[in-house]
Amino acid sequence: MDDDIKIGVYVCHCGHNIADVIDVEDVAQRARKSGNVSVSRDYVYMCSSKGQNLIKQDIMQLGINRVVVAACSPRLYEQTFQNVLRESGLNPYLLQIANVREQCAWVHEAGLQATEKANRLVHGAIRRVSHHSPVEEQSVPVFPATLVIGGGIAGIQAALEIANSRHVVYLVEREPSIGGHMAQFDKTFPTLDCSACILTPKMNEVSRNPYIRLMTYSEVTDVSGYVGNFAVKVKRKARYIDEDKCVGCGICQEKCPWSTASEFDAGLGMRKAVYTPFPQAIPNIPVIDRERCVYFLKGKCRACEKVCEAQAINFEQEDMYIDLQVGSIIVATGFDVFDPTPIVQYGYGRLPNVFTSLEFERLCSPSGPTGGQLKLVSGRTPESVAIIHCVGSRDKNYNAYCSRVCCMHSLKYSHLFKEKTGGEVYQLYIDMRCAGKAYEEFYERVQGEHVHFIRGKLASIAAGVTDAEEDNLILTCEDTLLGNLINISVDMVVLCVALEPRHDTEQLSHILRLGRSHDGFFLERHPKLDPVATMSEGIFVVGCCQGPKDIPDTVAQASAASARALAMISKGKMEMGAITASVDEVVCSGCKVCNALCPYSAIFFDEISNVSRVNQVLCKGCNVCGAACPSGAISTRNFSTIQILAEIEGVLA
Amino acid sequence: MSFEPKIIAFLCNWCSYAGADLAGVSRSKCSPNVMSIRLMCSGGLEPAFVLKAFKEGADGVLVCGCNLGDCHYVDGNYKTLMRMTLLKKLVKQLGIEEERVRLQWVCASCAEDFVQAVNTITNDVKALGPYTQIKIEAEAETSRI
Ligand code: FES
Repeated sequence: MDDDIKIGVYVCHCGHNIADVIDVEDVAQRARKSGNVSVSRDYVYMCSSKGQNLIKQDIMQLGINRVVVAACSPRLYEQTFQNVLRESGLNPYLLQIANVREQCAWVHEAGLQATEKANRLVHGAIRRVSHHSPVEEQSVPVFPATLVIGGGIAGIQAALEIANSRHVVYLVEREPSIGGHMAQFDKTFPTLDCSACILTPKMNEVSRNPYIRLMTYSEVTDVSGYVGNFAVKVKRKARYIDEDKCVGCGICQEKCPWSTASEFDAGLGMRKAVYTPFPQAIPNIPVIDRERCVYFLKGKCRACEKVCEAQAINFEQEDMYIDLQVGSIIVATGFDVFDPTPIVQYGYGRLPNVFTSLEFERLCSPSGPTGGQLKLVSGRTPESVAIIHCVGSRDKNYNAYCSRVCCMHSLKYSHLFKEKTGGEVYQLYIDMRCAGKAYEEFYERVQGEHVHFIRGKLASIAAGVTDAEEDNLILTCEDTLLGNLINISVDMVVLCVALEPRHDTEQLSHILRLGRSHDGFFLERHPKLDPVATMSEGIFVVGCCQGPKDIPDTVAQASAASARALAMISKGKMEMGAITASVDEVVCSGCKVCNALCPYSAIFFDEISNVSRVNQVLCKGCNVCGAACPSGAISTRNFSTIQILAEIEGVLA
Repeated sequence: MSFEPKIIAFLCNWCSYAGADLAGVSRSKCSPNVMSIRLMCSGGLEPAFVLKAFKEGADGVLVCGCNLGDCHYVDGNYKTLMRMTLLKKLVKQLGIEEERVRLQWVCASCAEDFVQAVNTITNDVKALGPYTQIKIEAEAETSRI
């Protein structure tokens, strides 16, 4: 073995914790007999400053250049001891911890066997540390701009937080206007303040803020690079309107002779082929819908062009691709609502007056297709409504999870229906889940408004036959509290549909290299301790794209993500993990086996020298490639093959 | 004296090692025959490590990773699963009883699963008796597979 290697071994008593079970003096003594060990000590608390000083002194005075600490789990104090080395002028990776507390003293009875195991663990560490070499910690500079994908309340909040600290934000929204689902809602629970009234000022702020580069009617098509320096390609779909010339007068929409169902009104109202989705749209610039515009379909019309005084209509416009450079990315792409058509027994799409929750929002909204009047298809005001919970949620045929917001918006609907019609309200629920600030209180309030709460799942809806001008709806369901089947006759049904991952989540997850959880939403780094970051460094997920949540939680998460992005910007650089893999180019045969295995696409093939290489910034050090390399050319720092083999030898010696 | 086997456990850093630590924190008792070696991910386990352990005199090898779907590196443990299936066939060919090699998912809060895995493999190996090197010396003299 190498003569220059001088190992110091430090055995901790951890008070009585280790010393009562393991003969620590024996461990220290036996370690002294191993090759390359220059000094071996035991001490009552190695992690105390006195204990740390013992190591420091030995490093400085005895020239110790490798350290083994036999103490508690490396998951607890490895960093502390790494610092000791650092402060003594030694590379922190010249350290190995033998876990003789959690995985020895605490799980065994005092006696010979426990001491024997401790000796083996220490011996393994001694052998291993001889093969340690210095590892340099790397950092990358952070480009001080941020990309926010999605312009709903989550994206708006995140963009504003960052822009208010005077850093550039690119806010990319697929639709012609920002606002997202929140702009479609009528009132918000539990305070019943009008959704537009609290959202519109924020939307205006976005359009006024000089640090926000707003790109609506645009989509992110490609992301490359890594934390600190992502290269992003954005497709700006042609609006066929010159944004600089358009004054937003709206005359084109007025005069356009072609109509189609309005997406914003959930298909209940109409919009023109040239349109802004809703009057408060930001930007207030229409788009011409290629799919609906008769000029594009048949080659004739251009009515809008004739009436536009600003001469802003431009049928020659083409899609544009724009390249952006950003340091971090906040994903705020929101949710889709569940389409209840497949549940045929509920009759959605077949029976009139069966609506989804989003449709009901639009019916209630003063800017909606009925001007906020609740009306049946016949035009009559409904006298009763059944609100069905958990449609497509908590149902293993569709989505197993709870969509979290439906109980609360159902209560809101009860209140709105009573307010607007004074009619009867039936709530068909499985469980009432009203966890949130002032939510339970709202539930109590609605209970006091003479709403019928029926615990049970709806079996089916059928058209009732009556003499009236319009059939009513007969609901069959089981009342699980009474234990019998009941029938309810109502005028209107609202299906509270599940919140689902966006239909193109899969596609975006490939572009961004993001993982997804079982339910299809984007996967956060840690469900409890890091619900904002992802396993892709520098990419954050906020709002419903990470899982169903209400507006307050969405806003909080968006602010949290922007704080993280800002922290990176203010620091100016990102420390990267030091444990990464690298390829020995002399040994690499160029077989490419490793290329496809890497979960982070960190390995690329260098065609010129015919070897694989690892991108050090993307690599996270799992060694999946190393384990597969048939030539043994790949090695992960601090977990190299030689180090592990030496540890095996040591433990079993 | 009764036979006390030597068993090596390879644990991934994120779930299994944490689960094993938790066994200690909760003062569960398990057999002292199993010595663990920490890897970043179970998917980083080189098959050679297992053979090396037998070559150096281990009587059994336990491999632990996160539950499927929970690997810190997306899907490292699926690779572990596939490799272990092959590896079990290989060890058999080398004359090592299959029961000496065990794969167990241990999550960070699954201390009891770890304790059980440790005790199970210890008992299994005790029942088999010491591993005597038959073919492995000749066939696995190389440090890699
Ligand atoms: S990190 Fe535990 S198996 Fe991959």
